[in-house]
Amino acid sequence: MAGIVGYGAFIPRNRIKTEEIARQWGKDPEVIRRGLLLREKSVPGLDEDTITISVEAGRAALKRAGVDPHLVGALYIGSESHPYAVKPSGTVVAEALGIGPEVHVADFEFACKAGTEAMFVALGLVESGRVRYAMGIGADTSQGAPNDALEFSASAGGAAYLFGSQHLLATVLETYSYTTDTPDFWRREGEFYPRHGGRFTGEPAYFKHVGAAARAILERTSLTARDFKYAVFHMPNGKFPLAIGAELGFTREQLDPGWLVPTMGNTYSGSSPTGLAAVLDVAAPGDRILITSFGSGAGSDAFVLQATDLLPERRGRAPTVRSMLDGRRRYLTYGEYAKYREKIIVND
Amino acid sequence: MPSPRYWREVPTRFRLEAGRCTACGKVVYPARRVCPACRSETFEPVVLSPRGTVVTSTVIHAAPPEFQMEAPYAMAIIETPEGARFMVQVTDCEPGEVEPGAEVALEFRRIRKEGKSGILCYGHKAVPAR
Amino acid sequence: MRDVAIVAAGMTPFGELWHHSLRDLFVEAALEALRAARVDTVDSIYVGNMAGGQFVGQEHLGPLMADHLGMRGVPSTRVESACASGGVALRSAFFEVASGLSDLVLAVGVEKMNDGGDVTGVLATAADQELEAYHGITFPGLYAMIARAHMAAHGTTLEDLAAVSVKNHGHGALNPKAQFQNRVTLEQVMASAPVAEPLRLLHCSPVSDGAAAVLLCPLARAREFTDRPVKIRASAMATSSMALADRHDPSMLDAVTLAGARAYQMAGLGPADIDVAEVHDCFSIAEICALEALCFVDTGKGGAAARTGETALGGRLPVNTSGGLKAKGHPVGATGIAQAIEIVEQLRGEAGDRQVADAAIGLTQNMGGSGGSAVVHIFERV
Repeated sequence: MAGIVGYGAFIPRNRIKTEEIARQWGKDPEVIRRGLLLREKSVPGLDEDTITISVEAGRAALKRAGVDPHLVGALYIGSESHPYAVKPSGTVVAEALGIGPEVHVADFEFACKAGTEAMFVALGLVESGRVRYAMGIGADTSQGAPNDALEFSASAGGAAYLFGSQHLLATVLETYSYTTDTPDFWRREGEFYPRHGGRFTGEPAYFKHVGAAARAILERTSLTARDFKYAVFHMPNGKFPLAIGAELGFTREQLDPGWLVPTMGNTYSGSSPTGLAAVLDVAAPGDRILITSFGSGAGSDAFVLQATDLLPERRGRAPTVRSMLDGRRRYLTYGEYAKYREKIIVND
Repeated sequence: MPSPRYWREVPTRFRLEAGRCTACGKVVYPARRVCPACRSETFEPVVLSPRGTVVTSTVIHAAPPEFQMEAPYAMAIIETPEGARFMVQVTDCEPGEVEPGAEVALEFRRIRKEGKSGILCYGHKAVPAR
Repeated sequence: MRDVAIVAAGMTPFGELWHHSLRDLFVEAALEALRAARVDTVDSIYVGNMAGGQFVGQEHLGPLMADHLGMRGVPSTRVESACASGGVALRSAFFEVASGLSDLVLAVGVEKMNDGGDVTGVLATAADQELEAYHGITFPGLYAMIARAHMAAHGTTLEDLAAVSVKNHGHGALNPKAQFQNRVTLEQVMASAPVAEPLRLLHCSPVSDGAAAVLLCPLARAREFTDRPVKIRASAMATSSMALADRHDPSMLDAVTLAGARAYQMAGLGPADIDVAEVHDCFSIAEICALEALCFVDTGKGGAAARTGETALGGRLPVNTSGGLKAKGHPVGATGIAQAIEIVEQLRGEAGDRQVADAAIGLTQNMGGSGGSAVVHIFERV
């Protein structure tokens, strides 16, 4: 049986409030807050990117695991904002974490579910016995186009998971993936901002795939919503995960600890992985946890996990998600936000 | 930043790998061949703790081209528990709030971007501790 | 070792000299010195220049300058020690004459900083590239840290720093070759734009073009070229750690202390024997620290010196009567030679309105980077 031996997350300290973005574009912030259930989001500094976030999350995961990084046989980073178009994020992160050179590394990409796909493959390698430990990371610093709805939610952050087969903090009981070709959201090579299909991103995309993956894994495990303590869904905005959660029979109590989006924003490949980390920060031994991601294009990965007795004693080794969300942070003006997100045109 | 020059520095910049002189105990960061304190040439490897204390600092207003978008930013000489002293930027803070004696943590950050097409250069920056 | 004298000097004005290229500057200063001595060739040339390659893409300055002086064939070497390049050029010329190898050696410092290069970036190459410049420190940033450390250790104030700039501008107003001939007030200095806290624009020397040249020969032959030679009584150099973080105390310029001690010993003199001095005020804090390192005042008392008028013309020890780097200008490679020229003029009684009465012994202190190298010379009227 394989599972999580270490986990960690990192959320940048800069924030911008919904009101500040709304003010810029002459929109009513109340409408956004009520409609999308978003209050503020994280903003990466000029010195932060998917690589730096992955390194800090990875360090936390290794601390909680207490594992020598040289024993990590595979490292996968899933993101839609890898800093290079060609040159893996994974090699920089591996060197920074002290992993390798005897290691498999690749960058993963599948919109917002690249992180959970990386986790799935890392888990599979450990289960097959090919490697002793494997790490899967989901991290992003995605851009929202100015004056577009996604500008209120696109944020930065990530979480890292180290998989192994001993001294587990959470076992993985089952996985399931559901994928079709659905062009709800995309970005062509060379374009700075993505494009999306408006309301098409709802029913035919998010709800169809998350619903299908979650229902299938529940059936496969012969479990119902009531058998779980917590459920985490991909969080493109505040409303979608609450809606699918309710549809599947989960209560607010089950959803709240992993529902980070109102103050974190949508960290894309980091979204449900960070939600899972927030749940692991509070879960008690024996608690069952469902996580279902969503990546546009489209697909969903679902995992059923169960916390072990070892979790409570290890999680104190690194900062909790809530301490990063609620702790020291800086609020930016729209101008500072535009500068940090490099939306201001400058000469090279 | 030429690739070989950056690549040689990876253990120093990414993992805070330093050297402790076995003759006099001085911790040298980055590691070098000859101990600046006693001229001995035998060292043992030591990895610095990712934290330290500010020795002195400034806030840069007139910045070099690669750093202009970040200005004003704080720079500090920090000292780690092992006794190593080096220069870093201090980030995620109001630049003016950095004071001698302040405790900092070291986080992995992107230090430089070489325009739109050059390599990305990483390292550590200081962040004020709680 | 033979006694060595400076027998002639030449200098361009310092400032934004748009019509002059690097080689134009060098030739103008050198010719002025050669003509004053009535010679048309020399045995050897030393060119002090920090960054010809970075500012104008030109290395190999030794032969270039000899060529442009019409002296093809003459040995000519470029020497570099960041902002102490002029000082080491003087020192190199001194060795060659003192050793007996050559009789007439020209030492010229030159820098062309205004041809469009990124000055902040180029000057930062005097700092440690891998440890300091890589992370975003600038030259003013290093001295800002030195200032902060000095202020924390000794209670030196920003007004003390400003008083140095006010004094030096007051002197520069009397120097026809100075880049700035306007006086400034304490208020103007304190209100100028922040550069690297706590240093403001008027605490910092400017970006300048310029060249300065001196001609050296054995003292025994000096009267062939001038009736007022000046003897070089001591030449000393010292280094310190490159990175500011590696100094044992960031508020102390130990290279200057060491070079000063060596110079005093070589000359058989002490700080009380010095009548006039040119020190390296690249930033006003540097003058304060240099006064302490050269033992002109006790450690920690450097801040008071300008504030109380001790180091102004008419004071106990006039420092930087030329206007210093702040008002005279700081074409980096030229400064070390320009400092020597001011002392030479003082000792020859040719300093006009800036004359220190009866100056017999003078000292120059030239420094590179954040204090990684320091060169001290002591001169004597003969």
